[in-house]
Amino acid sequence: MSLAAESVDIRLGGRAVLTDVTLALEPGRFVGLVGPNGAGKTTLLRTLAGLVPPRRGRVILDGTPLLDLSRDARAKRIAVLFQGAGAGWPMRVRDLVALGRLPHRRAFGGLDASDHAAIARAMARTDTAHFAERLEPTLSSGERMRVLLARALAVEAAWLLADEPITALDPAHQLDAMTLLRRVALAGTGVVAILHDLALAARFCDRIVVLGAGRLVDDGDPDILTDRRLAETFGITVRRGVAPDGTPYILPWHRSDPPPEDIDAALPQRS
Amino acid sequence: MNARFPPRDRIERRVVGILGLLVLVLTLASVAVGYAPFDIPAAAGDLLAGRATLPALVLWELRLPRALLGGLVGFSLGLTGAAMQGYLRNPLADPGILGLSSAAALGAVLVFYGGFAASFSLALPLGGIAGAALAALALNLVAARGGTTLGLILAGVALSSLAGALTALALNLSPNPYAALEIVFWLMGSLADRSMNHVWLCLPLMAAGWALMLSTGRALDALTLGEDTAASLGFHLVSVRLRLVTGAALAVGSGVAVSGAIGFVGLVVPHLVRPLVGARPGAGLWPSGLAGAALVLAADLGVRLLATRPELKLGVVTALVGAPFLIVLLLRQRGRGA
Repeated sequence: MSLAAESVDIRLGGRAVLTDVTLALEPGRFVGLVGPNGAGKTTLLRTLAGLVPPRRGRVILDGTPLLDLSRDARAKRIAVLFQGAGAGWPMRVRDLVALGRLPHRRAFGGLDASDHAAIARAMARTDTAHFAERLEPTLSSGERMRVLLARALAVEAAWLLADEPITALDPAHQLDAMTLLRRVALAGTGVVAILHDLALAARFCDRIVVLGAGRLVDDGDPDILTDRRLAETFGITVRRGVAPDGTPYILPWHRSDPPPEDIDAALPQRS
Repeated sequence: MNARFPPRDRIERRVVGILGLLVLVLTLASVAVGYAPFDIPAAAGDLLAGRATLPALVLWELRLPRALLGGLVGFSLGLTGAAMQGYLRNPLADPGILGLSSAAALGAVLVFYGGFAASFSLALPLGGIAGAALAALALNLVAARGGTTLGLILAGVALSSLAGALTALALNLSPNPYAALEIVFWLMGSLADRSMNHVWLCLPLMAAGWALMLSTGRALDALTLGEDTAASLGFHLVSVRLRLVTGAALAVGSGVAVSGAIGFVGLVVPHLVRPLVGARPGAGLWPSGLAGAALVLAADLGVRLLATRPELKLGVVTALVGAPFLIVLLLRQRGRGA
């Protein structure tokens, strides 16, 4: 199984958003897609999901160009969790998770036993089963994120693409969500998540893909987040350390280039 | 049954069944209630036996069209309201939000103004349908370009205000006050004095419109999570949009064309139905249509039972009942923090 972008160019509104991006993904791996704002991460995710047709190049799913697949076939094989996709109506949690089964349903058929089983599995994995009957507006951000992830998992697709799944969460829930995504990948799904927290990305992901200004600038183990890469692409310096169990970690500390407005002026004593 | 897996589909079927029964009862009541005492079984017997007696004529030419049109127009309004709220993810959307009903009203007003209304009985509804068709064409051109939902709403608002302005212009330039009065009364909406021809004219158009809108049920469910997620679940958003705009134009356009503007039904009904179906937009389509039919039939019964002179206009009654009702509903929902 494979999902790959081959020299993809994307232009949106006359502006080049992605240029010559080539990326091959494998199942069972947790890939962190990182890069500064406006680097084209979300567009790359949408392209991999087949929602944006490339101007040049193509996306290939198991040997077939994505655009040659029917919408349903594509939707069954690639699940996408978008940023800030809250529910529009006060629906029950179980009904929201059940939306993930839409690509599997035939015309005029209700949910069948396999659908119910998939929904139950997704809710068990995300630990959401105990509030299955609650209404969406009553959920906290952490609960909502887990419900939306359960919705995406209920598709039971080979690929899970997630756009900033942890951005709105508190630290404890961020750790939970990263652990969960890692577990999903270990179970055989190919997971790609757009992440802004480089410390968590470096710690939890098997592979880091760095986008900068619409180009793929680096791709490999978390070790590729070197001081030079972080300075060039993200414009930051980091503090590095080693956890008691021997795991290295990084912590964004300063801008590496002179900032437009001097941050140091706001934090004069602490630097 | 296992309490943790409530049979959603069965609840939905039960809601549809009960509402369907209610519509049937109200339709029969609408046939039975009128200004003159009337022996329905005798009239129906005459009608079925093909005897052109006076009761049979009254039944076929007056009572039945009024009852059937009430149901048809109400179903169209309720269904379109639910479809629009679901698609736009906005609880304040109504069947008129895309400007289709204003355009239909303008078409009919132009027929009035041109003096064609007197020349043949269906000139008025045909004018309304033409207005809605032109508006739908313009909106579909916008929708097919694949812009945002907001773009579609703005196009609808622009269309609505343009049609409203032109309607006002027609009133302003009206050659005599009686013509203006007639237009104003027609705009208030009514089911009085319609014939079977009106039913035959709007029935096929509405049925096609309903089919188009009902076909988007699952897409509306998916759109609960936003357009990107719906697209990732395999729905073709442009197709959904074209089906909704065309379906709404067919249903509401022909509805306004035969009955004038009947407000608030399409706005209120989806709010009534939502708690019954677990707030799923797709599951609310059929119940909203039926509840809309029940509401219009009940309001039309009320109009006849109140027996004021002149008869209250149906659109006035639905607005009078609907507006306070909506306010109470919104306050209660806010109270629950939903």
